[in-house]
Amino acid sequence: MAQLRYGAAISQALADAMEADPTVIIMGEDIAGAGGSFGITRGLLDKFGPGRVIDTPISEAAIAGMAVGAAMSGLKPVLEIMFMDFTTLAMDAMVNQAAKARFMFGAQVSVPMVLRTPHGGGVSAGPQHSQCLEAWFAHVPGLKVVCPSSPANAYGLLRAAIADPDPVVFVEHKGLYGQRGEVPQVLAAIPLGEAVTVRAGDHVTVVAYGAVVAIAMQAAEHLASEAISLEVIDLQTIQPWDEAAVLASLAKTGHLVVVHEAVEQFGVGAEIAARMADVGFAHLKGPIVRVGAPFMPVPFSAELEMQYRPSAARVVAAVRKALGKE
Amino acid sequence: MPITGTSENEGAALLRHYEQLLVIRRCEERLQRLFAEGEVPGFIHLGIGQEAISVGVMSALQPADTLASTHRGHGHALAKGMPLEGFFAELLARDTGVCRGRGGSMHVADMSIGMLGANGIVGAGLSIATGSALAHKLKGNGQIAVSFFGDGALAEGLLHECGNIASLMKLPLLLVCEANGWSEFSPASSQIAFNLAKWSAAYGIIYRKVDGNDVVAVAEAAAALTEAIRSGGGPALLTCTTHRWRGHFEGDAQKYRNADEPEPRDPTVVAEEHLAAAGVGAQRLAQIAARVESEIEDAITKARAAPPARFDAALADVYTSASSGEAL
Repeated sequence: MAQLRYGAAISQALADAMEADPTVIIMGEDIAGAGGSFGITRGLLDKFGPGRVIDTPISEAAIAGMAVGAAMSGLKPVLEIMFMDFTTLAMDAMVNQAAKARFMFGAQVSVPMVLRTPHGGGVSAGPQHSQCLEAWFAHVPGLKVVCPSSPANAYGLLRAAIADPDPVVFVEHKGLYGQRGEVPQVLAAIPLGEAVTVRAGDHVTVVAYGAVVAIAMQAAEHLASEAISLEVIDLQTIQPWDEAAVLASLAKTGHLVVVHEAVEQFGVGAEIAARMADVGFAHLKGPIVRVGAPFMPVPFSAELEMQYRPSAARVVAAVRKALGKE
Repeated sequence: MPITGTSENEGAALLRHYEQLLVIRRCEERLQRLFAEGEVPGFIHLGIGQEAISVGVMSALQPADTLASTHRGHGHALAKGMPLEGFFAELLARDTGVCRGRGGSMHVADMSIGMLGANGIVGAGLSIATGSALAHKLKGNGQIAVSFFGDGALAEGLLHECGNIASLMKLPLLLVCEANGWSEFSPASSQIAFNLAKWSAAYGIIYRKVDGNDVVAVAEAAAALTEAIRSGGGPALLTCTTHRWRGHFEGDAQKYRNADEPEPRDPTVVAEEHLAAAGVGAQRLAQIAARVESEIEDAITKARAAPPARFDAALADVYTSASSGEAL
């Protein structure tokens, strides 16, 4: 096994995808000369030239719409939006154009674009540079939403996202960029729509995605000392999410906790809980419990932000609640 | 038939333009009736009176050039070459429609002819065409992209963003403003504080303004601008002044309109004047009109006989790949 940082794995996936397919271009604000705000695209301009590594003005609405038009005209654009908070400015292109083109044009065309963007807090970036808005995109038929938790799945999922014929919102966590992890010797795409069990267990299923998978793992370590065994599932893809994998685990454990950094209300956890309360009702031995952020904007203060974001302690508490051991 | 006073090619082109003008006009007149009779559902926005812009601009395009249209997009689709039967079948919500009955009037599209779709969002086509122009430039295929838009879209931020980017990147993009004087229900003069000539100059974009009711004038301007664009001159903007004969949408009571609006010039009559000057007789025009009407009636008959749009097929087409959501 080799070691790679999360950011470097994304960078490698971009380079390998561009190498493999000449129609892949990358575009975004300060991604070429400057190498991107988080340095993810550094070096790609030298390697692939300004025709395929395109610096754009600060025009999120236009560049997202351009990615749609370019994708409908034979390219596979990978667009970087510097912070997920800025995708608000690209919503028409994503929601009304990219998501619907295939459907509303009678399947004449697909929109093979990827919108890469970092979400998440933990760096005191404040209310407009920290949000987790993935549930918005997951709510729109026609979009796929991916959220990697590690260098290995960041690489594999991005390769799959770029190869995918449909528009994919690829949500990275800015707090993970510098984190090292093991990656396979031979890097390959990881299919979209498939969850992975990162820790097998018997008593409670914990579903997570992105950076909070690590928190779920910490909680599992902690509870193992109390002989409570967690099965941790990394969703990897949020839309379409792997319902079968979650259901199979629930059938085994009978208890379910869903963890995400996004606010709890109307979120990904709500969807998973609702589906499992429906199709998994017979397996449930206790309440489904969500762990997410409270219903407030992300605060700037490091102290406040620490209280705001999910923690292993909150996952532990949620597991106890799910087991009726509060 | 030899045409005096002009070259044979020009005469033939003029006749083709005339036929296209009539196709669009008669299609929309039929839609007007079909809508009033309740056969066409939803919202339709007619471009009656604006046909010369579609026909003139499209005469300068090549088959592989692309265009992004607006909510008032029937003329763009038909002039680029959308088949009549697929067009009417779409408006009548049939499975044989160009979009299989999922888009309707506001989303008619035909990728096989580079028609990237009418659009329900004002100004959205600007960015789609700009992106398509980027693809053409990167592929070095010599094609251009066209964005049609109306006065209302001048108030959208995308005009600024796309004008800036297209100019910076010297993209092969033709911007066509169909200036009918209206921004939905409001006079454009009450909504727009700038003029496009000065705007274009500020952005370094080539600019022309023509009488949008004269297909010859539009075609000449479009030919000159597309040639400049294809030779690497970067984006250009063509303003075509015209008149919206109908309401913003069919059913619009238009209480906001004044009775003293000037009588619009009819693009089909202007074309007939050109043809008369070129020596084309009324009989020839009547033959064309009869053929156009017959083709339209034939298309409507076939569309009516076609099966309705299918729910299962629609559900299966939300995503392309099999690994997707409910389509599984």
